Amino acid sequence: MEYLTCNHMTTQEAFYSYIVRLGDDSLILGQRLSEWCGHGPVLEEDIALTNIALDLIGQTNNLYELAVSIENKGENIDQLAFLRLEKEYENLLLVEQPNVDFGYTIVRQFFFDVYRKLVFEALCNSTDERLAGIAEKSLKETKYHLKHSSEWVIRLGDGTEESHRRVQEAVNTLWKFTDELFFQDEVDQNVIELGLGVDNSNFKATWNSHVEHVLTEATLTIPTNSWQHTGGRKGIHTEYFGYLLSEMQYMQRAYPNMEW
Amino acid sequence: MSTKNIEELEREFQAKIDADIKIEPNDWMPEGYRKTLMRQISQHAHSEIVGMLPEGNWITRAPSLKRKAVLLAKVQDEAGHGLYLYSAAETLGLDREKSIDDLHSGKAKYSSIFNYPTLTWADMGTIGWLVDGAAIMNQVPLCRCSYGPYARAMVRVCKEESFHQRQGFEIVSLLANGTPEQKQMAQDSLNRFWWPALMMFGPNDDNSPNSAQSIKWKIKRSSNDELRQQFIDVTVAQAEMVGLTIPDKDLKWNEARGSYDFGTINWEEFNQVIQGNGPCNKERIDARRNAKENGAWVREAANAFAEKRKKKELTH
Ligand SMILES: [Fe+2]
Ligand SMILES: [Fe+2]
Ligand SMILES: [Fe+2]
Repeated sequence: MEYLTCNHMTTQEAFYSYIVRLGDDSLILGQRLSEWCGHGPVLEEDIALTNIALDLIGQTNNLYELAVSIENKGENIDQLAFLRLEKEYENLLLVEQPNVDFGYTIVRQFFFDVYRKLVFEALCNSTDERLAGIAEKSLKETKYHLKHSSEWVIRLGDGTEESHRRVQEAVNTLWKFTDELFFQDEVDQNVIELGLGVDNSNFKATWNSHVEHVLTEATLTIPTNSWQHTGGRKGIHTEYFGYLLSEMQYMQRAYPNMEW
Repeated sequence: MSTKNIEELEREFQAKIDADIKIEPNDWMPEGYRKTLMRQISQHAHSEIVGMLPEGNWITRAPSLKRKAVLLAKVQDEAGHGLYLYSAAETLGLDREKSIDDLHSGKAKYSSIFNYPTLTWADMGTIGWLVDGAAIMNQVPLCRCSYGPYARAMVRVCKEESFHQRQGFEIVSLLANGTPEQKQMAQDSLNRFWWPALMMFGPNDDNSPNSAQSIKWKIKRSSNDELRQQFIDVTVAQAEMVGLTIPDKDLKWNEARGSYDFGTINWEEFNQVIQGNGPCNKERIDARRNAKENGAWVREAANAFAEKRKKKELTH
């Protein structure tokens, strides 16, 4: 890999961070979804949510493998997944939000899936073939996830009075984390320049119109309060995150340097 | 019009069974056969579903990405087993929701093993090794069960259970060959699960009142004690292979029988667990009941939405 400099970051460093962020999004959402296993509202949904979790953990695996091959800091993928400090994870705030109920879980998934589909579609053309390969495989999965989450948003929104109320509340609560999907910093600028990563500002309008279209069909509305929260991409998380990590990291912290 | 009397029908039915002809959902069958099977299959389905909980308990704490994925997939397989088995029982007229309510009220039973807690990661290995291992011993003969839908479900289920058993044993052997802490973790886990695993085969044959009829109907194809012995003989060798000790001081190879002799099972504990007094009975049932209750609004929404769509289609 060549060492071009933009600001104070090498391309290699930027690409590494970019991949790790993609992996962190998959990992943290996969971790959240796996909390549902055995507790779903119907058996078929238990299986569906577990399936999505499984895809996300698989993506994490592939993305972290790529990251450690880009920049070998002597760490393996499990050290990346389980042994970083809270501020070293750079996932979106959206994906670390708690499950709350099936409505929140579906809305969180829907916002993410619309975004992720656009990201992977664009990444299929990454100048890095390995990343393009991961994107292609992940895109197939994400299309299925999006179909699943969109259908449920519509069913719940246009279901009963109670389901409408619950899912609208989820939309209202989670909306403030959606601007962050389009966050950019020098990491992005570096990888965009070389065609390694995608310019997510290009598809903000598409994201908005897709989301609006589905929410309208679901008889749901986009909240008018536009105050937005960011921080995940800079390692500044919500309070929920520390608990998620302490559970996820438990084994690696309690029994360091062992094979499982 | 000639109507056959009950004795004739029963005779023909037993003749089919004896000739190893499968009974299918629309065939005539004695009420006792239908009821026994329905109870057995629904209990099996409930066991698969309740069985998701002790292992589900470790998904969020799995020690590596690979283990997390494998465990997710395993627990998902168990949910799938529950689904096929409920469907098989529905061919006999089971009302799935009612039967699930019976599980939640304590009326319907499930395998006693799932009322034991999973306290360490090693339990994920031990459960695969022993619990899926015992399930295979119980279920392989059921692939030849006289009732077609159940036999076919078992073929598919057994394939996956043996995969689970191998994965579990892999975890255990890794720990048994790992650091002293890991080896200790594996041994402790075996100590806790060994006896409950033996109880999975049910009471001794002398105390198993329904067995003879079930064997005649080929709903059950081997006795509890035969299966238990088979399990012990296979598993002791596996424990030796990885250097773990079976927690039974009376365990001894019996040359004349070509089998292991083993200690007395604590049947009082077994009965207590069956009656609802095991270490996690309440937690398991509460978790299932909560899932159903918390999901009620989701199911209602799905139904209401489907109704609305149907009406829309009609008016268009
Ligand atoms: Fe199973
Ligand atoms: Fe089973
Ligand atoms: Fe299994």
